[in-house]
Amino acid sequence: MKAKKGKISVMMGNVVAANVARLCRPEVVACYPITPQSEVAETMSGFVADGSLDAEIVEVEGENSAMNVCLAASVAGARTFTATSSYGLVYMYDAIMQASGYRAPVVMINVNRETPGIHAVSSGQQDMIATRDAGWVQIIVENNQEIADQLIMCYRLAEDYDIQLPVMLNYDGYYLSYLNEEVEIPEQSDVDAFLAPLKNQPQRPRIIPGAATGCGTHGMEMGYVEARYKHWAAMDRAKKKVDEIDQQFADYFGRSYGGQIEEYRMNDAEIAILASGSAAGTAKTVVDTKREEGIKVGLVKQRLFRPFPEERLIAALKGKKAVGVIDRSVGFGWKYGPMCTELKAIAPSIGNVPILSYIDGLANLDITIPHIGRVVDEVNAAAKGNAYQAVTWIPME
Amino acid sequence: MKEIRFHGRGGQGAVMAAKMLASALLVEGKHVASFPMYGFERRGAPVVAFTRFDDKPIREKTQVYNPDCIIVIDPGLLTLPTLFTGLKPNSIFILNTAKKEYIQPNPALKTCGLVNATGIAVQEIGRDIPNTCLLGAFAAATGWLSLDAVLKSLPEYLSGADILQKNIKSAERGYKEVEVIKW
Repeated sequence: MKAKKGKISVMMGNVVAANVARLCRPEVVACYPITPQSEVAETMSGFVADGSLDAEIVEVEGENSAMNVCLAASVAGARTFTATSSYGLVYMYDAIMQASGYRAPVVMINVNRETPGIHAVSSGQQDMIATRDAGWVQIIVENNQEIADQLIMCYRLAEDYDIQLPVMLNYDGYYLSYLNEEVEIPEQSDVDAFLAPLKNQPQRPRIIPGAATGCGTHGMEMGYVEARYKHWAAMDRAKKKVDEIDQQFADYFGRSYGGQIEEYRMNDAEIAILASGSAAGTAKTVVDTKREEGIKVGLVKQRLFRPFPEERLIAALKGKKAVGVIDRSVGFGWKYGPMCTELKAIAPSIGNVPILSYIDGLANLDITIPHIGRVVDEVNAAAKGNAYQAVTWIPME
Repeated sequence: MKEIRFHGRGGQGAVMAAKMLASALLVEGKHVASFPMYGFERRGAPVVAFTRFDDKPIREKTQVYNPDCIIVIDPGLLTLPTLFTGLKPNSIFILNTAKKEYIQPNPALKTCGLVNATGIAVQEIGRDIPNTCLLGAFAAATGWLSLDAVLKSLPEYLSGADILQKNIKSAERGYKEVEVIKW
């Protein structure tokens, strides 16, 4: 551990995100405010106004322009930052696909909120799910300290010469966006030091005025296939890179999050719960309580959602007798929640065990301690051979 | 872990009070978390906010269902059917009121702190922003933190020496003038 102790204060999740984004020294920022993200945009603008951030702020009229600004600046070689949520994320849908197709290392905060269709100004991961196949890396965090630390790691990942992908950092609206928690904000010199390796790598391709280079041009036939293949391969490489960066972060700052997934009391666990985001914190408390009751349960916190952490999940879950997956979104087209559906895709490698899908926490309805307790009890019963329900919408019970 | 639930209305400072209390408890060396729960931001609409503190890190990211203390910033909310829902046994009730006595409204409530926070705020600050006064009253009635910690947390939130001094005065008066009743 080399980093100096940073200042600890009580800070709102959105303000944490803006403060740490500033420390990462973005050169171009374009954020359109939207509840529950607005403080990120407002605070970033304030930093530029008061001179504490030397960046170009582009005041955009909407999120689609925000992403196009970041994309253009990124392919010109700039470090960029933006933040959005829900309607804003889907309003930039074509632009986020452009950004990933161009391999532009844009870093974006997405404050999870329910999507259009039913107007809900409330938490839920449906927005992230709606963009899961857009070719971005998607990471989900649990608390305000993890917002701070993972945001720094996101730049290391996005701009790594071997990766060159846009990265979306997700955290739960309301539960984290408005959560005031004690947070250690690293020193500028330490963030600079941690990001310094990005300067010691080959220059990534970029558009230079007058030079005959291009990005994102038409890809006909094999041109298209080759670009897609390389993008696909970079997504696969990103998995191990996430683990490596987490390890380097731990070595320098003394805090580790497990990389692609965090395993909590999994070593001797007989059954497992898979959860993500703020609910994973609550689930840790439930795991401790259920352990005291004699149930050998562990938690897998899925941090990396895209690319899907296949190998790490298999290693963590192989041999467990049953798994319960808590989704904070709906998988239209499948019975199960989105994360559960994806876990089922690797089920043969885990073992032929019950996998129970739970839908909870939609629209600011809490994923409560009793809810998770019930999940543990039902998964435990299923592990013993009892009949179980494949999918349970907890609030509908 | 202690859990506190604030009941106020948009614009009264309930969200800010919950956050200030978290900062004050950080001064006392506690692990803290606070957050509000509302959908659209609307002045005058009922707002609920929560503060948790503990000697160990707080991992729960849910609303507070079983408070150790409720703070009612707007006495107009006393008719809320859910106001006393989920109280832990021996919990504490902090109420903004000009009354000097109060009939126990729920058997789980064993301690009550009555303070005319609106009156004090109008006198000291010039506006009905009773939150800092209530934090002073909270410190006195619960004993969970010192007045000094409350006062130390205020400069982070109140810019300008004048408004800060007025709020310090308001918090000090809340601490001194709160009527603590045991039920």
